Amino acid sequence: MTNSSIPNPKPLLLINRVPDYDVSFFKHLSSYFTLLDPTAEVGSDREKYKDLLRTHASGVRACYGMGMSPLMKDTLDCLPALECVAGTAVGTDHIDLTECRRRGITVTNNGVAFSDDVADCAVGLLLDVLRKISAADRFVRVGSWPVAREYPLASSLTRKRVGIVGLGSIGLRIAKRLVPFGCTIAYTSRSHNPSVPYPFYESVHKLALESDILILCCTFTDQTRHMINTDVMTALGNKGVLVNVGRGGLIDEAEMVRFLVEGRLGGAGLDVFEDEPSVPKELFGLDNVVLSPHQAVLTPESIQASKDAALANLLAFFANKPLLNPVRLD
Amino acid sequence: MANSKTPHQPHPNPNQDPKPLILIHREPVPGLSSFEYLSSYFTLLDPTAYVGHDREAYKDTLRAHASGVRAVYCSGLSPLGKDTLDCLPCLKCVVGSSVGTDHIDIAECRRRGISVTNMGDAFSDDVADYAVGLLLDVLRGISAADRFVRAGSWPVSPEIPLAYSLTRKRVGIVGLGSIGSRVAKRLIPFGCSIAYTSRRQSPSVPYPFYDTVHNLALETDILILCCTLTEQTHHMINTDVMTALGKKGVLVNVGRGGLVDEAEMVRFLVEGRLGGAGLDVFENEPNVPKELFSLNNVVMSPHQAVLTPESLQAANDTALGNLLAFFANKPLLSAIKLD
Repeated sequence: MTNSSIPNPKPLLLINRVPDYDVSFFKHLSSYFTLLDPTAEVGSDREKYKDLLRTHASGVRACYGMGMSPLMKDTLDCLPALECVAGTAVGTDHIDLTECRRRGITVTNNGVAFSDDVADCAVGLLLDVLRKISAADRFVRVGSWPVAREYPLASSLTRKRVGIVGLGSIGLRIAKRLVPFGCTIAYTSRSHNPSVPYPFYESVHKLALESDILILCCTFTDQTRHMINTDVMTALGNKGVLVNVGRGGLIDEAEMVRFLVEGRLGGAGLDVFEDEPSVPKELFGLDNVVLSPHQAVLTPESIQASKDAALANLLAFFANKPLLNPVRLD
Repeated sequence: MANSKTPHQPHPNPNQDPKPLILIHREPVPGLSSFEYLSSYFTLLDPTAYVGHDREAYKDTLRAHASGVRAVYCSGLSPLGKDTLDCLPCLKCVVGSSVGTDHIDIAECRRRGISVTNMGDAFSDDVADYAVGLLLDVLRGISAADRFVRAGSWPVSPEIPLAYSLTRKRVGIVGLGSIGSRVAKRLIPFGCSIAYTSRRQSPSVPYPFYDTVHNLALETDILILCCTLTEQTHHMINTDVMTALGKKGVLVNVGRGGLVDEAEMVRFLVEGRLGGAGLDVFENEPNVPKELFSLNNVVMSPHQAVLTPESLQAANDTALGNLLAFFANKPLLSAIKLD
């Protein structure tokens, strides 16, 4: 596709989405692309969706992937000309990356569009668990303060040892935010980063032995599934705190619930769960747990940034320029 | 009971004389700190143990037994007014267990040449951490989200309330003392811009100074109150300031409830004229205006910003340190200015 100095019909762009997404951004997208949005017609009927693709999308070279809307092999098979998937999400576990690699389809995510808000959320969850902020708010709202003048002690953040699991764009921002609180930072990651001043541990178990707090901000893959298991939680200890802003599947959730209920883990701040929107009900009665409905990125600022990132990648693709946020497909 | 343990390193009693007498001034409610550890170093006079709530009997006991008392340990926020001070003719030093001293008749202490010590920096890290925690909670709706999940609403309702980014917000700190400066330091990596108002401008501080809280509120999205409560600062957060902060503005108070015109703030919040509030302190604790209980953009806590074992230990160490310094005629560790 040539650049804008030669008039052309606007390139065709497939919108891959499930129903109920906010489509107000489409007006802006349509100033650059001719949009093909089958979901507007077929709703949640995936068979009709694929029929529409087979009929109308055989020339589609690029796809705007909204949020976590699945893009699996059966859909990819209906898009023989597809070369680029630009997602608004940062995670990619909803896309068949193996199939994309096999077909030479590039996938982009939203780069660092969410990183500040997710890092802020992780710190907020940590402060809330340690300092019992939500628990205190509950205590006041039910009118307990005048009645029960005493309130259980919370725990300082100063001088706590924080272990960051996954020192990517989110993990680095979390570290930067926690340093002025007087925490020490250590990390584990796929590889050691020599330019970073924090101690590296090669396994999450070893990191847990030397930390009071673990913050999970790594990608969810076959290797990282249930990485937070019995051994790691035992190593973290009965005063240890777990914060998860990655994916629920990073944690053996049933085991974590047992640890929390039995007092073998000090507390947890969780924005993600293994089977959203279901949350283990045993957690609802605990004061040392803070629960959040996968909302770390649900701010107007992040949502706008994620759409802008996808658009920027699409414009780069059609201008034959290097993509801004390609995802590694290995 | 919000107690703390005895210090890990007991100071040796410097002399073999009977331990100096100190008055434990307290009300008969669970306080912020225990004082029994002081009995290793001092003889404690604790009339409240016998007279309970009867403040007249308390003062009678003082008149009968405390005429030689030179130092008072003021537990929690127990009011220490002129009427009590009048019963202590030899008093030279009041050792407080809080940072705030608005519960002590400072003017009378100044008139009589009585030194007053507070907690110095003992609580500053925990209070600063707590202010940031309250701010994140309000902006990002953490407690509101937690309620949403615990009520079982997530599978049922797709409408999770939108929260707001902290990045690039303009934060105004009211009172850039030991707590306020720590709050600023913590917020910088979040991408906030910082400005402040304080009794005096500090030329060594890199943040813009505003001479009034109203002017600060006009230029900020968030106000964090970390200043002392005095006659001048009482109700400093009033209608004009809240209007200037605006309907997306957020107020965080870890100072004293009296800094805010609370009834007016409640009206602003209920009517949507203020964006949200994170409040650890209230005008008439432990009473909290019930209109706030149904609001999702308010986070409330029962004056607990200092209730960690670490702060309580630091509090005990500071109080003990000040008392030992006083009786050894050494400089007090954390005397407040009485002007």
